[in-house]
Amino acid sequence: MKWFLVMVLVAATTAGDVFRSMGMKHHGEIHDFRPGAIGRALHALVQNRYVIVSTFSMAISFFAFIKLVAIAPMSFAVPMSAATFIPETILARFLLKERVDWQRWTGALLIASGVVFISQ
Amino acid sequence: MPATDRRDLRSRTRLFTAIVVLSNVTGNSLLTHGMQQLGDPGNTPLALIGALFHPWVAAGVALLIVWTLSHMALLSWADLSYVMPVTAIGYVLAAISGRFILGEDISVSRWAGILLITAGVMLVGRTNPATAGTVAE
Repeated sequence: MKWFLVMVLVAATTAGDVFRSMGMKHHGEIHDFRPGAIGRALHALVQNRYVIVSTFSMAISFFAFIKLVAIAPMSFAVPMSAATFIPETILARFLLKERVDWQRWTGALLIASGVVFISQ
Repeated sequence: MPATDRRDLRSRTRLFTAIVVLSNVTGNSLLTHGMQQLGDPGNTPLALIGALFHPWVAAGVALLIVWTLSHMALLSWADLSYVMPVTAIGYVLAAISGRFILGEDISVSRWAGILLITAGVMLVGRTNPATAGTVAE
């Protein structure tokens, strides 16, 4: 059960972040932060299919994490959640076509290992 | 991209990164504090909705809404492979606030984690935040 929840958590968080990024890039840059403009942006975003899939994935991720911390210690759950750094960086490079240079790869690996240490 | 636009992008990215990190760390802390005070609300949807009216839980949820909106705004111009690592500084902030607010001990391995995350964030923070551009529908 524990490892099943870890798999659900990693898959749902990765999908949530990648679809959110995709949806926001499709929507375009937000640079007007007046209340009316934010309202118009939110109205467009609730109809954005990528954002809808992202929100659904994030909800699954949230409940998987809550369930995981209920049956396993935080020192297990938090490092497991950091496993998303690697698949997200790979998908950012190949699916979102971002320029992921050696600094970003090294940074992602340093942070993922750092999260394992910090949760001990 | 002209130098002034690049500087503007960097300062806007830093401001939103700070909002994303602070709202996430504070929101999660308030939510955890509220849920601990409340105890197990049970598994029924009504009980979970009822938990949202607890003041600490409500404040935590409000900050997590700020986190969601600022994270979305940041991702409208910045790369996911930039945003995800730089916002990981929140793990360091949570550990350090645990030390100074809750008086928790920071072990040697936790210090090692803090150093590794800080080094990773500094490394990624040096890169250009936006390399992929936006996609028009």
